[in-house]
Amino acid sequence: MAAPRDDWTVAAIRTAVAGGSRSAVEICRDCLDRIATEDGRLNAMSVVLREDALARAAEIDARRQEWRELPLLGVPITVKDVICTRGQPTTAASRILRGFRPTYDATVVSRLRAAGAVIVGKTNCDEFAMGSSTEHSAYGPTRNPWSTDRTPGGSSGGAAAAVAARFAPVSIASDTGGSVRQPAAFCGVVGLKPTYGRVSRYGLLAFGSSLDQIGPLTLRSADAAAVLAVVAGADPLDATSAGAPVDSFAAPPCGHARGMRVGVPRRLLETGEAGLDAEVRSAFDAALRAIEEAGGEIVDVDLPHAAYSVPTYYLVAPAEASSNLARYDGVRYGVRPEAGQRGEDGAKDPARAEGIARMYERTRHAGFGAEVKRRIMLGTYALSAGYYDAYYRKAQQVRGLIRGDYDRAFEDAGIDVVATPTTPTPAFRLGERAEDPLAMYLGDVFTVSANLTGLPAVSLPAGRTTAGLPVGFQLTGRPFDEQALFRLGDVLERASPWWRDPPPRAGAGGGETSG
Amino acid sequence: MPKRLTRVEVERIAALARLELTPDEAELFTRQLGDVLDYAERLQSVDTAAAPASWRPGAADSPLRPDEGRPSLSPDEAVSNAPDPGAGVDGARFFRVPRVIG
Repeated sequence: MAAPRDDWTVAAIRTAVAGGSRSAVEICRDCLDRIATEDGRLNAMSVVLREDALARAAEIDARRQEWRELPLLGVPITVKDVICTRGQPTTAASRILRGFRPTYDATVVSRLRAAGAVIVGKTNCDEFAMGSSTEHSAYGPTRNPWSTDRTPGGSSGGAAAAVAARFAPVSIASDTGGSVRQPAAFCGVVGLKPTYGRVSRYGLLAFGSSLDQIGPLTLRSADAAAVLAVVAGADPLDATSAGAPVDSFAAPPCGHARGMRVGVPRRLLETGEAGLDAEVRSAFDAALRAIEEAGGEIVDVDLPHAAYSVPTYYLVAPAEASSNLARYDGVRYGVRPEAGQRGEDGAKDPARAEGIARMYERTRHAGFGAEVKRRIMLGTYALSAGYYDAYYRKAQQVRGLIRGDYDRAFEDAGIDVVATPTTPTPAFRLGERAEDPLAMYLGDVFTVSANLTGLPAVSLPAGRTTAGLPVGFQLTGRPFDEQALFRLGDVLERASPWWRDPPPRAGAGGGETSG
Repeated sequence: MPKRLTRVEVERIAALARLELTPDEAELFTRQLGDVLDYAERLQSVDTAAAPASWRPGAADSPLRPDEGRPSLSPDEAVSNAPDPGAGVDGARFFRVPRVIG
């Protein structure tokens, strides 16, 4: 099968389907075939929705005249397993939700369906989106398409791997501390976390409600823009969704960066603690030069509190998680394990005789994996009597100071975006950080600020290391100014179209095998 | 710096969070969570005297919907994912749970 190139974009697919030059069924079948061939090696998909996808594609072909204006007509898409799809498995990669089939679609899913997208499957992730490697999944780890002994990042590792491996041109996923952007960086694709409130969270299994935001992963920023235009906008079902106007986000055709000012927090990059890899640093510098050559201006900015973003995040996010995950108690949905022993009163049904508190504990013990338990514990501790002021309250205060740093940089230095690498290192090896949660958390140093502040941020492909591993370049923008991110993404893609090169394929040399 | 997280505290937190831990997990989490909390101690050096008590994004103009009735899940749909659904003689559907009052 030929590797798709320029015809593998949202615009090309919808034009071809609307005009009848390619059928939605044919495009969908290509995706399903590629998944069938390659996913044994990558494990990016938690479920493939073959019959549903083909039926929807056939419906689109039958009604293409009537639907020809739909912005995602016939575009195949994968959905992270933490986003509800009506009647289709949604498990958050957790044992506790085995067999769960939501009774409704998430708002993003209903908007994507209405725009003509074809959902081909759900993507693997860290359990309840907690992790940076997709190793904490009940389905087993996803592997990085560029090097299958490495992690694709996380928590949306399946989504990023699926876009990189050309399973579908678009994935939709959630980002609570970098879960879209970090795997996008590790897999060489574009990953956007929109402004908090830009996209409805209705139907997203909640992790950190003041941090969670849903965004697209794509090969090019114009595709991310096209998807954001569909899913963005106020939603009566999410009181935190914002009424800010949504435009088409179409990139201006100028292809230059004149008039744009890019702030670089040099002091943050140069603290030894960030552990910035030399090859990541040189790819970052090359991207800055490309922006300068396109007419943009690079200025130094100081974000004095950004160095505290990791400890702040790893108190705030687990605190919110400990509250949100209280709902998984074996009553309304999910798996309730059998009681291990007979009730003390000798009742026929020991599960009912044992008492409800014991049932909760057994359910959550059997249903949650280690990382989820760790975060619930950490959050419960940070919120508990005697520790609340020192941990949770302090972290919430520092959170406001971090946002203040960004506001000052945007206003006083007059910048449009802040640029950093997305991650300090390229993709690490499977298992490398599995026993050391703190080491895993420290790798999130550049991504968590955007969630703490609510600001929009994107990871863009910025080259590859000598070992062939992708490197990500992150831009953080002003509130609701995703347009600036797309514009600079377009500039970088014109300078270096990294997106055209697919990762090595199974059997094409260098492809390890896996189960 | 406060004293290091203890195993006893870990077991107390697990009970608060309705989590059963194996002895191995309790041991592991005591060490791992202790590492994270030690690292988080650096927040204490940040001057927050002038900072607001709390901050979160986007709360300013969140719209509220009118408080009025609207369609919702049917009883069958509502219990469709329940691990132990029940049905009354009159056809009512409910969630069955273990004894709540000792």
